[in-house]
Amino acid sequence: MSASASIAPPGRSAFQRFLSGYGQEIVVFLSIIFLFVVVGAINPRFLSDTNINSIFAGNAYIAVAAIGMSMIIMAGHIDVSVGALIGVIATIAGTLAVNGYPVWIAWLVPIIFSMAVNAGVGALVAYTRIPSIVVTLGMLSILKGGLISATAGAWITNMPAEFMIAQMRPFGIPSAVYFMVALTILASFFIKYTDFGRSIYAVGGNMEAARAAGINPERVVVGVFALHGFFAGVAGILFATQLQVIQSTVPPNLELTVITASVIGGVSILGGTGTVIGSTLAAILFACIGSALIFLNVSAYWLRAVLGLMILATVLADMARRRRAK
Amino acid sequence: MMSARLLRHETILAVLTVIALFVLAMLSDKFFTGENLLNQGRLMSEVGLVALAMTFVIVTGGIDLSVGSILGLTAILLGVFWKYLGLPLPAAIVLAMACGTFAGWVNGWIITRFNVPPLIATLATLALYRGLAEGISEARSVRGYPEWFFFFGQGEVLGVPFQLWILGIATVIAAVILGLTPFGRATYAIGANEVAARFSGIRVNATKLWIYSAAGFLSALAAVIFVSRVTTTRSDMGTGLELDVITGVVLGGTSIFGGRGTIIGTVLGLILIQALKNGLALSGVKGDGTIVVIGLVLIGAILVGALFDRNRGG
Repeated sequence: MSASASIAPPGRSAFQRFLSGYGQEIVVFLSIIFLFVVVGAINPRFLSDTNINSIFAGNAYIAVAAIGMSMIIMAGHIDVSVGALIGVIATIAGTLAVNGYPVWIAWLVPIIFSMAVNAGVGALVAYTRIPSIVVTLGMLSILKGGLISATAGAWITNMPAEFMIAQMRPFGIPSAVYFMVALTILASFFIKYTDFGRSIYAVGGNMEAARAAGINPERVVVGVFALHGFFAGVAGILFATQLQVIQSTVPPNLELTVITASVIGGVSILGGTGTVIGSTLAAILFACIGSALIFLNVSAYWLRAVLGLMILATVLADMARRRRAK
Repeated sequence: MMSARLLRHETILAVLTVIALFVLAMLSDKFFTGENLLNQGRLMSEVGLVALAMTFVIVTGGIDLSVGSILGLTAILLGVFWKYLGLPLPAAIVLAMACGTFAGWVNGWIITRFNVPPLIATLATLALYRGLAEGISEARSVRGYPEWFFFFGQGEVLGVPFQLWILGIATVIAAVILGLTPFGRATYAIGANEVAARFSGIRVNATKLWIYSAAGFLSALAAVIFVSRVTTTRSDMGTGLELDVITGVVLGGTSIFGGRGTIIGTVLGLILIQALKNGLALSGVKGDGTIVVIGLVLIGAILVGALFDRNRGG
C-alpha cells in the first residue's frame, strides 16, 4: 500500500507523507540525476544537447505507452501485445500519410483503431473472465502475423513533412517531449482526482470489494483498456514520425521495455498501487542508462543484462518494502 | 467429476485436432505423408520439451517467461565452453545444461524465497538471461561442431528423428509424474489453493523449486537439440519461445489460474498448433498468416472453454 499516493496514515507531516507516497518515484528521479552528474563528469559529451535530445525525444514514445500500461497493471491486468500494436499503428499511419490523406486523418484514424482494438480486448477480459495474459498473447500473434502478411515488411518512406509530428520543435524542444510531459501530468490528475481514475485502483486492489462499493468493475476494465489503446495510439504516432522511415515490423521486445518501465516506476504488478509519473521517470532512466553505457565505453551487448539486473533489484526492493509495510 | 471435466476438454481438443488433420490432408497431398509428419515432429520437439515443464509451472498457478532466454543462454554457453575455453564437447554440453538448470532454479528461488509473483520474476530473468547471452557472446556465433554432435538434432533411430524419441520418453515421464505420483498431486494442490496446500503439509516451496529447475533443465536440453539441428549458436536463439510454449499449454486445457491441466492436453495442443502451421503453409497460406490463425485458435479455444465452464456453474 505504501506506493499509493492518495493513502497515507494520518498524523505525519506533509513531507513524510510525500516521501512515503512517492518513494519509488523519488528513487528513480535521484538515479537519473546521479547518472547525469557522474557520467557527465566522466564524459562531458554525455551532457551535449544532441545526446540529451536523443535521450528524451527518442524515448518519449516508450514513456507514453508506459502511461497506459501502468493503468492496465494498476487495474490488475497486463498487455503483452502493446509492442505489436505500436508497430501496426505506425504502419497504418504511415500508409495513410503516403497515400495522400490529410495528416490529421493519418494521426487520428490509427489512434481510434487502437482504442477500438483494446476496448475489444478489455471486453473479452472483463466479461468472459479470460485472463488478460492469454487474450493479449493471442492478440500479439494476430497483430504481428497480420502486420507482416499485409506489408511483407516493406519500408514506408517519403512521408510528407507536415506528417512528422515527433520531429517538430516548438520553442526548440522536440514535440515528442511535450507529449510525454503533458500526457503524464494529465494522466496523473485523471487517476488521482476523477471517480473513474480512483476506481482503477479499487478494481486492481480487490475486484469484489470494488463491486460492493458500487463500482462496475467490468466497465472500468473496458475503459482502462480503451484508455491504454489511446496512449498506445499516441505512442505509435510518435514512433512512426520520429524517423524518416517506418519499417512495418514489430519493434522487438518493445512490450517488455514498456512493462518494465511501469514496474520499475513503482506500479506494483499485484495491482492496486502505483503512479504514472514513476513510469515516465523510469522510461527516461532506461534511456539514460542505455546512453550512459555507450558513453562509458561499456559494450552495448551488456545493456540488456544490466536492465535485467535492475528490474530484479527493483522488484526485490518492492517486495521487501511491502513486507516491512505489513 | 474433476477428471471427467478434464477428459472432456481433451476430447474436444482431440476431435478438433483430428478434424484439422483431416482438412489439412484434403487441402494438400504433401501433408499426410510419413516424411512430412516425422519432419514436423522434429520441429516440434524443442517447444514440446519446454511445454512439458511449463504445464507443471502453470498448474501450480505460476508462469515462466524466461524459458526462451534460458535456451539462448545455454546455447551460447555451450559454444563458449567448447570453443573459447577449450573444454571437450561432452563436458561443455553437460556444463552448459547444468547452467541452464541453475538458471531455472534461480527463478524458483526468487519466486519462493522473496514471494515475487512468477510473472514478474521471470520477466526480469527473461531480460537478464538474454542479456547475459548477448554480453557473453558479443554477437559472435560459434560453428564448426564435430559431425557426431549433429546426431541429437538431425539423426534418426529406427527411422524416427532422435529428438522425437526424447520428446516421447520425456512426455511419458512427465505424464506419469503429474498424473500418478504424490509430487503430481502436490502440484495440483498448490495450484488449486496454495495456502490450503501449505497447511495440509505439502512442501510448497520445495515442489516449486523442483518444477522451475525442471523448466530450466528441459529448456537447456532443447537448446542442445536446437544447436545440433541448426549447427550453429547465436545469442537470439529461442526468442519468443515462451509464447509458443504457453500457447500450446493453454490451448491444451491447462488453466492459467492453476489447479487444472494434463500432459496429454498439452501434447494435443502442440500437435494442433504444429499441424496448423505446417498444413496452412503447404496449402499456400504465407508464413505469417499462420501466426494469425494460431492467435485466433488460442482465443477461440479458451473462449469456448470458459463458456462451457460457466454453463456447468464452475
